[in-house]
Amino acid sequence: MIQNKDLIQYILGISDNAMILGQRLGELCGHGPNLETDIALTNISLDLFGQTRSYLQYAAKLKDDGSTEDDMAYLRKEHEYKNVLLVEQPNTDFAYVIVRQFLFDVYHLLFLEQLSESKDQQLSAIATKSIKEVKYHVRFSGDWVKRLGDGTKESHNRIQAAIDILYPYTNEFFEASEVEKLAMSSEIGVNVQDLKTEYLKLVTQLLTEATLTFPEQVYFLSGGKQGKHTEYMGFILADFQYMQRTYPNMSW
Amino acid sequence: MSEAEIKSLEAIFEQRIAQDQKIEPKDWMPEKYRKTHIRQMSQHAHSEIIGMLPEGNWITRAPSLRRKVALLAKVQDEAGHGLYLYSACETLGISRNELYDQLHSGKAKYSSIFNYPTITWADIGAIGWLVDGAAIINQVPLCNTSYGPYARAMVRVCKEESFHQRQGYEIMLTLCRGTEEQKAMAQDALNRWWWPSLMMLGPTDDESVHTEQSMKWKLKRKTNDELRQQFIDQTVPQADILGITVPDKELKFNEERGSYDFGPIDWEEFWQVVKGNGPCNKQRINARVSAWDNGEWVRDAAVAYAQKQEDKKMATAS
Ligand SMILES: [Fe+2]
Ligand SMILES: [Fe+2]
Ligand SMILES: [Fe+2]
Repeated sequence: MIQNKDLIQYILGISDNAMILGQRLGELCGHGPNLETDIALTNISLDLFGQTRSYLQYAAKLKDDGSTEDDMAYLRKEHEYKNVLLVEQPNTDFAYVIVRQFLFDVYHLLFLEQLSESKDQQLSAIATKSIKEVKYHVRFSGDWVKRLGDGTKESHNRIQAAIDILYPYTNEFFEASEVEKLAMSSEIGVNVQDLKTEYLKLVTQLLTEATLTFPEQVYFLSGGKQGKHTEYMGFILADFQYMQRTYPNMSW
Repeated sequence: MSEAEIKSLEAIFEQRIAQDQKIEPKDWMPEKYRKTHIRQMSQHAHSEIIGMLPEGNWITRAPSLRRKVALLAKVQDEAGHGLYLYSACETLGISRNELYDQLHSGKAKYSSIFNYPTITWADIGAIGWLVDGAAIINQVPLCNTSYGPYARAMVRVCKEESFHQRQGYEIMLTLCRGTEEQKAMAQDALNRWWWPSLMMLGPTDDESVHTEQSMKWKLKRKTNDELRQQFIDQTVPQADILGITVPDKELKFNEERGSYDFGPIDWEEFWQVVKGNGPCNKQRINARVSAWDNGEWVRDAAVAYAQKQEDKKMATAS
């Protein structure tokens, strides 16, 4: 049996991915290339924060010391956030936004499909509910990868550049952390290593259709799962935590 | 068409409106009706999307997950309002790109209130409470306006605006029941948003250019001053419940009128903001223009891709 404290860590790893990506998308609201994409990206952000709340409410319950979802979300040090590095990458341009989303969404869906089989009923229920949303995310980001890849010369070049920069962050998904291994061995967590083949197949298929390619020589980057983040993370948290840090112990 | 024929069409048209019939896009309409509606509806659409900016400013810093989700949803609603209103406006024979050009070049106006900055979290509460509140007062009568697509858009918009208003008030209520610091934040927001909110109901009647014609076409049912009074009468008791003070020393309930008397509005400030000299006019337009310009290659790509798909379909069909 996995101990509560490890299960909480496992849940934080999952919810931090959703939360930090949701936060990144939240920066874009009102600044998209047209109203329709603005609405769609905000919608994805909303889904991700909705999922975050379900996970964190559960984690807070497991913690059982009066902590709330907000304590769990806001009141940690940078190294205690366990999201993968990909989701904290900046909104450099719309191509980066779409590539980051697509590379995450494909993984996210495969992950949730496995998590929905978890022996932990809560996690399985959250995963099942999230799958419906994430299927839409995959479709949205995948469609845009195709439009940008096979659109104009400029869009092709921009999205290829984004892939070259962001692809090196994808292997982290499949590098199981200690806590992921623990969760997996107690049949609660997902075997992330097993997702890699299917992931590469799906992503390659779509990139090919979009006339895009993976960069050839890749040195993969990781560390987020261990709490070692990129330089961007401190700024994300400065915004995210601003109110809770400036006005501690208040309700909003 | 002869002048006499136009006159008789106009007479029929005015009569239909008087009988509360809706005018639909394919119906004949006087040129002035069309132009006036394009102006008002696009101004409204622009206000919705410019309005996303001051509130969007707090999405990344919302103080709790619940508030963040609610704010994201609110700003998304405003984008949706912009979308229906642009679509309704397009039924009058103008394209969305032309409408955007008018906004970006400064030719079209939008609600001046969004040229004020959101500098604390309480501003998000105050905007919902006061700005959405004033918008509802302006807009509820438009649910029965004469132009069908506008009236139908407004029914949907108004429902969501009243949800926003309650949500904003609830933010204020939470602050006012919180710590001293939170209450001070709420008071400060009321101080800054009160007068601009009163200005949202439009210039005083003697200075308002469009009122008479607008009344006839049911673009307006009450005058600006009547609407303003309604807003004040509704809002002051709400401030009392919050326990914060409306920043107007002359504000006093007039038993005889059954309404609040209030102090003079600084119309000089209003006209300066309308002219582009408000605290955030330039930032707001710049944000829209740069979103649009930076998005050009994306929109071009979508068009090019759709064209390629179309070509492929043609090639396989032949
Ligand atoms: Fe709205
Ligand atoms: Fe509105
Ligand atoms: Fe609203």
